[in-house]
Amino acid sequence: MEGEEKGDKTDIRYCLHARASPELAASKSKVKPRKILEAMFTPPNIEYPGQIVEVKLGATKGEGGTRGKSIVIGGEKSPAFYMHVQSPSIHPPVVACDVFDMKIPLPKAIKTHVKDVMEDPAAWAKRCVDKFGAEMITLQLISVDPKKKDTSPREAAKTVEEVLQAVDVPLAVGGCGDPVKDLAVFKEVAEVAEGERLLISSISPWMDAKRAAETIKEYGHVALALSGMDMNEARELNRTLYSILPREHIVMDTSTASLGSGLEFTYTLMARIRLAALMGDYELQHPISSGTTNAWFARESWKKMAPQWEPRELRGPLWETVTALTGLLAGVDYFMMMHPKAMETVKHVIQELMGKTLEKPEKIADWISARI
Amino acid sequence: MDFRKDLKSGRERLFEKGIGKRGKREIPSPIGVYKFLPRTDCKECGEKNCIAFAAKLVNRKASLKECPLLLEKEYEKAHEKLWKLLKPPVKEITIGTGDTAVKIGGEFVMYRHELAYINPTAIAIDVTDELPYDELLKRVNEVKNYTYTYLDQELRLDLVAVRSTSNDPTRFKTAVKKVAENTTLPLVLCSFNPDVLKAGLTSILGKGPLIYAATKDNWKDMAELALMYKCPLAVFAPNDLNLLRSMTKTLTEYGVEDIVLDPATNPNAGFTDTVNNFTTLRWMACREGDELLGFPLMGTPISVWVDQESGSEIAKWWEASVASILITQYADLLIMHTIDGWATLPLMILRQNLYTDPRKPKGVEPGLRVFGEPDENSPVLFTTNFTLTYFTVSSDIQSSDISNKCYLLVVDTEGIGVQSAAARASKAKGGLTADMIAKAIKESAVEEKVKHRTLIIPGMVANLSSEIEKLTGWKVLVGPTSSAEIPEFIKEHWCKEEES
Repeated sequence: MEGEEKGDKTDIRYCLHARASPELAASKSKVKPRKILEAMFTPPNIEYPGQIVEVKLGATKGEGGTRGKSIVIGGEKSPAFYMHVQSPSIHPPVVACDVFDMKIPLPKAIKTHVKDVMEDPAAWAKRCVDKFGAEMITLQLISVDPKKKDTSPREAAKTVEEVLQAVDVPLAVGGCGDPVKDLAVFKEVAEVAEGERLLISSISPWMDAKRAAETIKEYGHVALALSGMDMNEARELNRTLYSILPREHIVMDTSTASLGSGLEFTYTLMARIRLAALMGDYELQHPISSGTTNAWFARESWKKMAPQWEPRELRGPLWETVTALTGLLAGVDYFMMMHPKAMETVKHVIQELMGKTLEKPEKIADWISARI
Repeated sequence: MDFRKDLKSGRERLFEKGIGKRGKREIPSPIGVYKFLPRTDCKECGEKNCIAFAAKLVNRKASLKECPLLLEKEYEKAHEKLWKLLKPPVKEITIGTGDTAVKIGGEFVMYRHELAYINPTAIAIDVTDELPYDELLKRVNEVKNYTYTYLDQELRLDLVAVRSTSNDPTRFKTAVKKVAENTTLPLVLCSFNPDVLKAGLTSILGKGPLIYAATKDNWKDMAELALMYKCPLAVFAPNDLNLLRSMTKTLTEYGVEDIVLDPATNPNAGFTDTVNNFTTLRWMACREGDELLGFPLMGTPISVWVDQESGSEIAKWWEASVASILITQYADLLIMHTIDGWATLPLMILRQNLYTDPRKPKGVEPGLRVFGEPDENSPVLFTTNFTLTYFTVSSDIQSSDISNKCYLLVVDTEGIGVQSAAARASKAKGGLTADMIAKAIKESAVEEKVKHRTLIIPGMVANLSSEIEKLTGWKVLVGPTSSAEIPEFIKEHWCKEEES
């Protein structure tokens, strides 16, 4: 402590009061201190008994696939970026970009960046990796939906192959949500991409989860277990999958609500799941995935509003960014995102938060007198 | 798959370590509180007995002053014990006076699911003492008039932070005075120069602004100002928790009781320290019961602007991102420069979301809602009773042509939204089914109120159409997926329907 002399009499007098509560000490003190009284801060020792499993996504040639590199997520021993000094998160969360296998209505702010490639998933994926810096691609095969194009499983698998050839990042492949059709599509996709360690999205309680898991196991992929916003439903689904899949092949997703449309439920459920997992709840010790693109369901993200809230071209992507950053702090390991600027910011924050701490007092640039 | 073994060892390890990474702070339990209550079961507090009152106290649904006996002499000691046991580990500080006074801190928990977050992160927007008068006035008005209606709430900015860029007491005094003349919002007076601050404080006597800030160099003068003008005082110790803790010790012994902690916001290299400091400080208060760190935390996303060009969209974007992280990570007060709606609206909504009491029911009362004075030809729509869905839909109806003549049937899905309710139902796990809609129609007696038999349903549950028609005998008109399109939809479809 600057200007502090050991054995200063004033200090000793105040040491006597150190045990009392500050309020009491304050009311009792008759002499005002003349120097800063040393009261060292002792960092709490926080250790959790549980750990999140490490899940490897994608496979290189050496690992039986064709990816440029594989990515490991999970492995945390503490809540996200929390007491970073004592127990750093092991693997940085991954920012993946959604690509659809057919032209779909998108908010203008996103569409601007991809409108010329929307009918070519391979080119779309390449754009996400080369231009937006996506670390993975989530290929959403929504055209297989019987209510949409009802694309055949074989054709869908062909699209997967094309995307695999266009980019060398690990791939997640999503179905359309139809429990029967998705099973057939996953089977075909899993087979043509054998060994690629795809993240298959998603295995839900409302499909034959066991059959889906068997397919995933047979061809060496990873399951994304999607449940409603309910901890027990998530546990139950994971339990079902354990009878077939090793834990290292399961990522979980308890549904993501947007900022302004229930984000608090998502945030709190993720935080509870992560804390329970770290406290030793075996069935919840999986990396968490978040469909952050859902941010665009909130009307404030895309709607034209009164001039003071415009431009929506900035409001929308910031909406996605804030939805993502809140998830990041709750423990998300895998982000499904869409807007390039939002992805860039989230990647930047992850990098900053994973960065080395300065661990020393700082001279912070003076904002008080800054002429902005 | 032999996970049972692991499961067991996980639990065993848990026991070895003691349940709950709760730290050392004693968490009040109903029994622990009951011990100190009068235990007369006099019912004066409105509860059946003292144990019920104790449970309410622990859940922060009642306060000690509701027990009149505790105010009597013989319970003085017990009252003091209870007060200590129940007081929030993060002290609640009031900035400003009157209706617009802002309370910060008063928090009990690290995670909102452990109880609830109490006082939403207050947001201050800056002005400087070198702004020309018209610009100053314009900016103050912008802060003052900022409002956005979300659900059933008006979201607003909370304070004005006056920065002394001139470092000139006279200029600062004039600026503070002008700001205070134009708004009743509480102020943060920002300067490291005690003479400058003193000048500002003398011009708004009795308004209780937050003084920013005491540092290791000026703390004594700042402490004198805080005592003399009876104002809360911010302590600035950049990335130095030892200094921060030593300063709060010193200041409390000096007699300053209302303190706000600023461990510095470094939005560049060192951001990891910033986030870690906020988390650690809140942990020390809530989990370790460290009274020297049990004060509200403030962040300064405005730091982003140092060395940035004014008006830079990139800086605004980054300031909003930093602010959102700090709102999630325990900041009780933020000072910001950006006021643009596109950048601040996400923050206003974020803090509203996170500070919503998780103990409150997620749903509104189900039943038939009447808009304006509908007649027998007025449209009937339905939605679920999830609060968010309900308020969104009803505000869209209010902005449409049918705002004064329409029925909205609110179906009880136990507070779940339309889409997830329908998704659940398709798995036979509760949730929204055609049965429930039929039942709701019947119970609401809407059939006696309208002549037609056309139900407008959310686009998300189009697949329920035929079943609804079969069960109810009503004709289904599939509405838009987003209720934002209700006004247009009604214009296009309902009016046509009526004509045909």
